[in-house]
Amino acid sequence: MITYEWLYILAGGFFAIWSAFSFRDRLFGNGAFWGLLAASFLLGSHLTPFANGLLVLAMVGIAGVGGLKRSDPPTTTLEERTVFAAKLGNKLFFPALIVPLTAVVGTLLYNYTPFGETGLFEERRETLILFGVGVLAALVAAMAWLRAPLAAAPEEGRRLLDSIGWAAILPQMLAALGAVFALAGVGDIIGNIANQVIPEGSVLVTVIVFALGMALFTMIMGNAFAAFPVMAAAIGIPLLIEQYGGNPAVIGAVGMLAGFCGTLMTPMAANFNIVPAALLELKNQNGVILQQIGTAIPLWVCNVAIIYIGGFLLWN
Amino acid sequence: MNYWPLAGIGIVVAGFALRFNPLLVVVVAAIATGLLAGLEPVPVIEALGAAFNDNRYISVTWIILPVIGLLERYGLQQRARGLIESMRGATMGRLLTIYLGFRQITAALGMKDIGGHPQAVRPLVAPMAEAAALKTHGDLPEAEREKVLAMSAATDNVGLFFGEDIFFAIASILLIQGVMESAGYPLAPLELSVWAIPTAICAFIIHGLRIQALDRRLGRVRA
Repeated sequence: MITYEWLYILAGGFFAIWSAFSFRDRLFGNGAFWGLLAASFLLGSHLTPFANGLLVLAMVGIAGVGGLKRSDPPTTTLEERTVFAAKLGNKLFFPALIVPLTAVVGTLLYNYTPFGETGLFEERRETLILFGVGVLAALVAAMAWLRAPLAAAPEEGRRLLDSIGWAAILPQMLAALGAVFALAGVGDIIGNIANQVIPEGSVLVTVIVFALGMALFTMIMGNAFAAFPVMAAAIGIPLLIEQYGGNPAVIGAVGMLAGFCGTLMTPMAANFNIVPAALLELKNQNGVILQQIGTAIPLWVCNVAIIYIGGFLLWN
Repeated sequence: MNYWPLAGIGIVVAGFALRFNPLLVVVVAAIATGLLAGLEPVPVIEALGAAFNDNRYISVTWIILPVIGLLERYGLQQRARGLIESMRGATMGRLLTIYLGFRQITAALGMKDIGGHPQAVRPLVAPMAEAAALKTHGDLPEAEREKVLAMSAATDNVGLFFGEDIFFAIASILLIQGVMESAGYPLAPLELSVWAIPTAICAFIIHGLRIQALDRRLGRVRA
């Protein structure tokens, strides 16, 4: 059976190659950072939690002192690219489409045809594993078709990776922060405060506080997943559902979407807001967020209205 | 009740405001929160290490970078630009609105991996939107050009966030179901996901209007 462990070994191999190339170019900070990440992928399952923790601290230390630099691997010039684009035409899109098609079609086949009965993949892990299969297929197809030098794929990948830099592991780090918050009982404390602040008897005010809490806590944590269990336990379930008799489906589903409005407005959601600013080489790191605020705020108001109308007025 | 663990949230906010490295801020906040809750240093580091290790699947997706980089080496971005320049009447506003709808619908059908910033926005959507804006409005000041690129990324995010929850077999819907069920309210994923539809429609209208407004504003900047 193919499990996530296979993917981790694959990704660990990629990061190890990027680390080696960084050391060769005398980018020691980059080499150490990607090397430690490779170690986490390759060995993490066999290390103790404490050793994994020290590994995390070492990576953060390198990033914290500004040890990660942009790299400049050899690539084609703008003129060469224009010539290639004219010669190769729209076929250039095909290798890029192999990855999502493999993931999506493979997932559908695995779930709705006898293919799933083979038990080839670890349960509920098939989409990401098929994504890895798609990446390998696309790499082989592109290398064979373009007859690129063997080092071109890792070097071009490194060019993009180093433009993302430390932000590449921020989402994973935030998930770890959420786990430590849970251990320290932060959710219980927030619920306790919320109960003291909200005036009794006002459904609309409670809906607003719930939706605001989802958005604000999402902005702090960078992830609505971390905010939802906290706000549901603090306000959604005890007040909106139990005390005021609201519709649990609306409060749950639209409450989460109110959190997504917060995701649009926070640099903590690095992979959605900071990574694209780096990928697009924007001068303002917060350029993407600035374009999203004007959508997020009116949409948050819509979510409050949908919870109030769908969850209470139409429900009772 | 011991309110001190909340200081961790304050550290996150202050650290960002003071522009420290976000990785450093997050780890300092995690350790401070654990210590303030009365845990010993070693268990806090263990919890951090175990959680980082358990969430490695989040960072696996970077293995796509060599594919995208390789295609860019052979002119993927230039080809995307050429494609849009050859289309008659493709304005930036129309292009991004179509992409918004496309992203919402494909995400609602469970195909959330079809878009994304490294895969689609950098190589395709952003160069196409830029080319369309240049075609309609002529040369743009650098600040306005950056707005077009940023709006392309924003459109991908809005389309994904407010499409994906309509698909019932997605992590956020499963998380809501799990939280509600453990509180004594069993719900089917489909009951939850239909309630993502009103917000999805609002998102298409609001963000669509904002894309059109940006396109009109670019015209005025030039004039």
